[in-house]
Amino acid sequence: MERQAAYLRNALFDQGYLDEQFLQLEDLQDEANPHFVEEVVKLFYTDSVRLIQSIELTLKNTPWDFEKLDNIMHQFKGSSSSIGAKKVKKECSQFQEYCNVGNVEGCIREFQEVKQEHAALKRKLENYFQLAREAR
Amino acid sequence: MIVEEIRGDAENFPVGMRVLAVDDDPTCLKLLETLLRKCHYNVTTTNQARVALKMIREKKDRFDLVISDVHMPDMDGFKLLELVGLEMDLPVIMLSANSDPKLVMKGVTHGACYYLVKPIRIEELRNIWQHVIRRKKADSKNQNRSSDQTKAHLASGEGHGSPLAGNTDHNGKFNRKRKDDDDETEDNDNEYEDNGTQKKPRVVWTIELHRKFVQAVNQLGIEKAVPKRILDMMNVEGLTRENVASHLQKYRLYLKRISTVATQQANMAAALGVKDSGFMHLGSLDGFGDFRTFSGARLGNVALSSYPGGMLGRLNSPGNVNICNLTPSTLVQPSLAQNLSNSINPLGKMNLVLPTSNQSPSLFQGIQPSLELDQLQHNKSTTNFNSINNSRIFRNGSTGVALGSSNNLLNSPMSNPLMLHGNTQQPLSGGRFGNQSGPFTSESFNNGVSDPTNENWPNRVDASKMHPNTLLSAEPFHSQLPLSGLRDNNSSNGTYLQNNPIDLSSGLALPPFEDSREMQCQQVGSMGDVQNMAQSWSEQRQGSGSVNQKMDMYTGGRSSGGASALVQQNEKLASESISRSNEDFLFEQPKLPSGFTPQGYDSLDELVNAMIKREQDETVANGEFAFDNYTFGEERKLCGDVAFLSSEADLVASL
Repeated sequence: MERQAAYLRNALFDQGYLDEQFLQLEDLQDEANPHFVEEVVKLFYTDSVRLIQSIELTLKNTPWDFEKLDNIMHQFKGSSSSIGAKKVKKECSQFQEYCNVGNVEGCIREFQEVKQEHAALKRKLENYFQLAREAR
Repeated sequence: MIVEEIRGDAENFPVGMRVLAVDDDPTCLKLLETLLRKCHYNVTTTNQARVALKMIREKKDRFDLVISDVHMPDMDGFKLLELVGLEMDLPVIMLSANSDPKLVMKGVTHGACYYLVKPIRIEELRNIWQHVIRRKKADSKNQNRSSDQTKAHLASGEGHGSPLAGNTDHNGKFNRKRKDDDDETEDNDNEYEDNGTQKKPRVVWTIELHRKFVQAVNQLGIEKAVPKRILDMMNVEGLTRENVASHLQKYRLYLKRISTVATQQANMAAALGVKDSGFMHLGSLDGFGDFRTFSGARLGNVALSSYPGGMLGRLNSPGNVNICNLTPSTLVQPSLAQNLSNSINPLGKMNLVLPTSNQSPSLFQGIQPSLELDQLQHNKSTTNFNSINNSRIFRNGSTGVALGSSNNLLNSPMSNPLMLHGNTQQPLSGGRFGNQSGPFTSESFNNGVSDPTNENWPNRVDASKMHPNTLLSAEPFHSQLPLSGLRDNNSSNGTYLQNNPIDLSSGLALPPFEDSREMQCQQVGSMGDVQNMAQSWSEQRQGSGSVNQKMDMYTGGRSSGGASALVQQNEKLASESISRSNEDFLFEQPKLPSGFTPQGYDSLDELVNAMIKREQDETVANGEFAFDNYTFGEERKLCGDVAFLSSEADLVASL
């Protein structure tokens, strides 16, 4: 179990889902905060859902408010980077770029990517945490 | 929201440092909180800026440090930053996922100690306590001392923050920012005070002011004119007796100069009359060297050519005007084309012009430098220029005669060797004028020449004897002079005008009015100078339209903006007495930046006014001719006045 958890964790890093920030989170986890990482991740996903919903709502309204989209995505990016969600962060940046140039199609496409990565990472982390919890 | 009210452990600082963390993103907030806790700080968190502000206000020293996100829904992070900075002297660290340098700059300029980019690393947080220390020191110092101290403190504060270079800067800036709110005024005040005690604001002798002065003096009688009485008669607020006294002194010198020049001018005028065309071709405007080659007869030509270059050079001298643009050749060329042999190179090179006479060169040199210097410095050189121009004109006009006379001129106090040359060339400055005959120029030269300083210029005005052309040519000088602040410019500036900021191109032989002096070499100033010149020209012209024209041109040349205006004005003025040739001259010559088209001023007054206005417009309000209502009739005198004004500063200095 432990090996599996470790393996999964390493895979996440290797595959670029996570970056060194995640390590920081792990560093902060100690006896005082035994489940810190998991807590933060959970927090992230709860919050990010809100953000995603906000984006989707904004996308529904035409004409698009690029500035608002950019702001929301900016926050999304901040959160993802805080937990080390590398891929998600990357897609967020991309989305912001499309926003800046007003590329509607690009934005829509990119947003899908963001959501995908976001969901994918969530799955993987949940697995990982599961394994880690079981390993303890 | 976790609120901890545990007091920070002051002894173990930074352990227990009380930090307030504000971020609307719960993920980030949580992370931040944990990180801070890891650093052994006392952390209080909130996701709302308003709450944070409330907490801070509740108890001023409740927190040691505030960390705030930039993007927050209820309040902009920068706003919070400002408020916190203003109300309490707390160090604030900004936080953002955006690493855009502009934003970072904004944060720092708003007073942030530091700007952290998400994701935050614990290493960065470990050092933030330094900001607190630094700030505390800064604050205490501020409170105890005056702004000066604060300043010092800032320096020291910045010194403290060595570990974090960025922090230091931020902190310093932050402190500074904070202090800015409170101490800035103090600092400024201190500066003002210092300035005030150290030096008084310089009185600018505008045409208007000078006119009043002259009126007062005339009323009292030159013999009886004492500063105190003059001051009373002028009734100008803010003017002190000392101001008047020094101005009076200069004026007296100027008058003296005029009288000596007048005689010479007469000679020159005759000589110049001849030269005209030869004069104009300043082919070798590059002046300096050429000038030297002047040899008597063709002094005008040569001189001019060389002179203009010289002048131009001078004019360019940035003393006042950024004559840099004026290139002798440029200046000269236009004039050459036209008759402007005068292109008396920017006065600067006036020296060159005097090649004809042995003396001249030396004279010039002597004069020139002085002129230059003075003028450069004073912008007012217009006067000088005028004188220079005058000399030039003289030279040109009378080729042979001029030379001789120019020599005389040279010898005369005029430091405008150029002037002499100019005389022969006549059109030197006025070359532009088109055909200012020597007389005009010579006269103007005389006037101008005699006074190396601007004061000479006024003398030039006396060039009534001089043909308008001459004047015109002279004017260019003037204009140039003033513009470039180079005195030299004036004389040669006929062509120079264009280039010279002064745009004396108008070749207004206007005595380097003070204004022109003021016009100083700044580029802008040049315009002003032009104006001044123009004005001076107009005045000098004494009705000669050419002068006006020059002025116009002059002014036009100056600063493109002003120049055009001026030019027009000049044109109006110029049209008066100066023949249209001048105008042509004007037009041809300088390419005033603004491309003014000398139209000849209808009246000197107009010119002057225009110039004045222009000057005002121009940043360089050098060209404030004291006289705005001078008429040609009085021009002589006025010119003298103007010249006086302009030469005042420079000439005297040079002398």
